[in-house]
Amino acid sequence: MEEGSVKKFMYVNRKAPYGTIYALESLEVVLIGAAFDQDVCLAFLDDGVYQLMDGQDTTGIGMKNFSPIYNVLGDYEINRIYVEKESLEARGLSVDDLQELMYEDEDDDWAEKPSIRVVTAAELSDLMDEQDVVLSF
Amino acid sequence: MKLAVMVNEGPYQHQSSDTALQFVKAALDKGHEIFRVFFYHDGVNNATRFGVPPQDDRNITVQWSELAEKHGLDLVVCVAAAQRRGILDADEAKRHGKDGDNIAPGFRISGLGQLIEAGIQCDRLVVFGD
Repeated sequence: MEEGSVKKFMYVNRKAPYGTIYALESLEVVLIGAAFDQDVCLAFLDDGVYQLMDGQDTTGIGMKNFSPIYNVLGDYEINRIYVEKESLEARGLSVDDLQELMYEDEDDDWAEKPSIRVVTAAELSDLMDEQDVVLSF
Repeated sequence: MKLAVMVNEGPYQHQSSDTALQFVKAALDKGHEIFRVFFYHDGVNNATRFGVPPQDDRNITVQWSELAEKHGLDLVVCVAAAQRRGILDADEAKRHGKDGDNIAPGFRISGLGQLIEAGIQCDRLVVFGD
């Protein structure tokens, strides 16, 4: 591996946001990892799709609502957020239930585009196959 | 191969730490290089020297410390996860005004950058979690 080479990193999220700490702590890895200028994408499947739900209100459980953090990922040049179609459907969800995460495409006059891409399990499998590093939380 | 290992669960509660330990041993026996073992989430709990598990079963923390010493392994505990769960070395204890520290020999506390660096430098990063 030559100096300064870029690897494909995928962060896989499979758990719901507040029942366990995996969601919050995996986001912390993503944010710190952003400083290393690698080719980063995120994947949300199984209960992980709940992490991206819009309108989270945690006042009843006394925990910090960290869902606004997903909105800044675009500024960290993380604009490929894969959400598994089958996981959404099994939970009666659609992409409309999720936050609208956007990024600015520097190759298209900074046009605002959605970061969330709904993919099938088969497509996600192919995407995983392309990665150099897969971190699973 | 140059391997990095990530341990995401604490000792005994999950088998992850045991399996990671067995994997590291097997990899070393096969002549691979273990670049770093990074402990995250409850995995940081593998690094307390105050565990007193029953004598008739394995002592996971001691196993890691001994393996690290034997092979010069780099066992890294994430500082943020460690602070959350009360795993401190002498510097951290002093910095946060705590009346003691508990880190086991062979482990060092550092940042998440060490994990990312391991992913970049190694041929494979293997994650042991739940």
